[in-house]
Amino acid sequence: MDFLNALVTLLNFVIIPATAYGAQLALGALGVTLIYGILRFSNFAHGDTMAFGTMVVILCTWGLQALGVSLGPLPTALLALPVGIAVTGLLVIATDRTVYRFYRAQKAKPVIYVIASLGVMFIMNGIVRFIIGVDDQRFADGERFIISARTFREMTGLDEGLAFRTSQGLTIVVAVIAVALLFWFLNRTRTGKSMRAFSDNEDLALLSGINPERVVMITWLIVAALATTAGVLYGLDKSFKPFTYFQLLLPIFAAAIVGGLGNPVGAILGGFVIAFSEVGVTYAFRKVVTYLAPGEWEPEGLLQLLSTDYKFAVSFGILLIVLLFRPTGIMKGKSV
Amino acid sequence: MKKILLASAATFALGGAAMADGHGNSISLGVILGFTGPLESLAPGMAQGAEMAIAEVSDSGLLLDGTTVTPVRGDSTCIDSSAANAAAERLITSDGVSGIVGADCSGVTTSILTNVAMPNGMVMISPSATSPALSTLEDNGLFFRTAPSDARQGVVMAEIIMERGIDTVAVTYTNNDYGLGLANSFAAAFEAAGGTVTLVAAHEDGRADYSAEVGALASAGGDALVVAGYVDQGGSGIIQAALDTGAFETFVFPDGMVSQALVDNFGSDIDGSFGQNPGTDSDGAAIYQGMASEAGFDGTSPFSAEAYDAAALILLAMQAAGSTNPGDYAMHVMDVANAPGEPILPGELARGLELLAAGQDIDYVGASAVELIGAGESAGNYREIEIEGGELVVAGFR
Repeated sequence: MDFLNALVTLLNFVIIPATAYGAQLALGALGVTLIYGILRFSNFAHGDTMAFGTMVVILCTWGLQALGVSLGPLPTALLALPVGIAVTGLLVIATDRTVYRFYRAQKAKPVIYVIASLGVMFIMNGIVRFIIGVDDQRFADGERFIISARTFREMTGLDEGLAFRTSQGLTIVVAVIAVALLFWFLNRTRTGKSMRAFSDNEDLALLSGINPERVVMITWLIVAALATTAGVLYGLDKSFKPFTYFQLLLPIFAAAIVGGLGNPVGAILGGFVIAFSEVGVTYAFRKVVTYLAPGEWEPEGLLQLLSTDYKFAVSFGILLIVLLFRPTGIMKGKSV
Repeated sequence: MKKILLASAATFALGGAAMADGHGNSISLGVILGFTGPLESLAPGMAQGAEMAIAEVSDSGLLLDGTTVTPVRGDSTCIDSSAANAAAERLITSDGVSGIVGADCSGVTTSILTNVAMPNGMVMISPSATSPALSTLEDNGLFFRTAPSDARQGVVMAEIIMERGIDTVAVTYTNNDYGLGLANSFAAAFEAAGGTVTLVAAHEDGRADYSAEVGALASAGGDALVVAGYVDQGGSGIIQAALDTGAFETFVFPDGMVSQALVDNFGSDIDGSFGQNPGTDSDGAAIYQGMASEAGFDGTSPFSAEAYDAAALILLAMQAAGSTNPGDYAMHVMDVANAPGEPILPGELARGLELLAAGQDIDYVGASAVELIGAGESAGNYREIEIEGGELVVAGFR
């Protein structure tokens, strides 16, 4: 019984939250890594692309809710997701046409792209705040929990509760589907293969007749889909606030770099490494140990490796170590 | 032709001077609040309170022989000291304000006071900076606040929690001057009263994920979680994560959390939670709320009454000193705020001005029952609130 209690505590406070957060980071990092692999620059506007897509989805969701449309236990936002992806796709392609294509024609250095993307980031930042405002927006509806802590306690008779939210379940399921689709696309379809060829060696790809503008456009569309999906899942799980999405950029980049920039598998791995290190290293294990320890013994302290103040330091510590010893990331990506 | 031009120019000039004479002098007051940033949902109610007092005095025509007063807003951002300093610099050097109502958050208030207000000899009255550190900060007698120090709030919160039969709590605070000051004063008061604080942990605002913080707090345990944060920021994130994991069901909300946004966000999920924010059930508070709803805003919005009082105190002190120069009227702020004298409620500012002009003493009570103690801070009246059926309910005053 005590063993079960310990396991449930660990699941409730570490494993489930970290898995959901990791899936959100992984989807974000996939977008960053695709841009890096194919367009060869770090896209700082990614967090705000997520915010823009989520904003469109929220507006559509409100429209649907006003019309009385709902998905029953699932959040209505899922219905609005395709619209959000389409509008975000249009926005990023428009950005590419007006900003990045100019630098591509100039064969500009990557650092110039990065600075340009910083500018794009501020503009998107402004657009989102202008349209939806700076406040917190909540748009999750439907059933909030697959199983709530209280129901779990009543069902099992354990002392500890286990909460599993619909948004967490949804995040994991959608992330798995999105990643499976992406890998199928990259490995099995002609367009996907041409994207990989373009990423591996641009000159050879051009010689073999691959149309670069087409590859770039499809990349942006996929990135828009990934960013919007990640943003909506994150917003459903927590809440939507433009400033927080801007801040998400840090853990997302950390995830992409730890995993290996340009490597999709690495991005997913990186997302989970960052999420688990943030939640796991700073977790106070007292309760778990109390359950596992024999008899009535209870540890004095909290058994916390590091205070939660340091959770960002943990993920950036990992980032530093990886960059020092494996500059290309855990999975072999491009060196930064 | 030339003569006609000259003549008409002269007429205009004379006419202009005559106009100015008819309206007396005019001064402006700065209102520096966080119109953007973590407290942006509270700033409008505070600014409207201050501006209402300014308009009341200005329209009465009784301040120093009909001096008119106009408010000038500045954005403190609540968190960005350099932006707040720049806003205060602008108000003082470019707009030429004669006093400042503000700032709102403790960190930027300290920064403006030491870097801008003191070098310029400017009086500041903050309606909402509550950090205990401001009580002992060197201020050349220029700084006052109509909000009480959190040292007091910590004691009140400890009493409220104890009276509800809860004796172990975990505390999380937003990592800044306000949060740390409040968390420390509360922990000290709670332990002195025989309670146990299992963990005091900081949280950063605007972060992506709070499961780590909630995990640690849950592991430490406690019957309730004290959230000394901001409702527009990490405070709500912490509550959401704690509710979702079932870590805590009862929360205690200090002033930064008590707002309509709290119940808008969580509704009946936080039923049974409670907290306190500055407020009174004095006659002044009721009158003020009436005046505010007439003016079209919510007078119960946190620190709105304190902002009205801050602006009123500056203007009454000017009348008492017979000067709009900050150096002259600063020493009169305490006199008009405290007994002895005729009590002055909100809406009676004109009467206060008349009495002062006649050389009599007044005791400004205002909307928040102002009583300045120590180095010029409110003694503190708190409103205890409860969440019941998804609504904020006033449970009492202390």
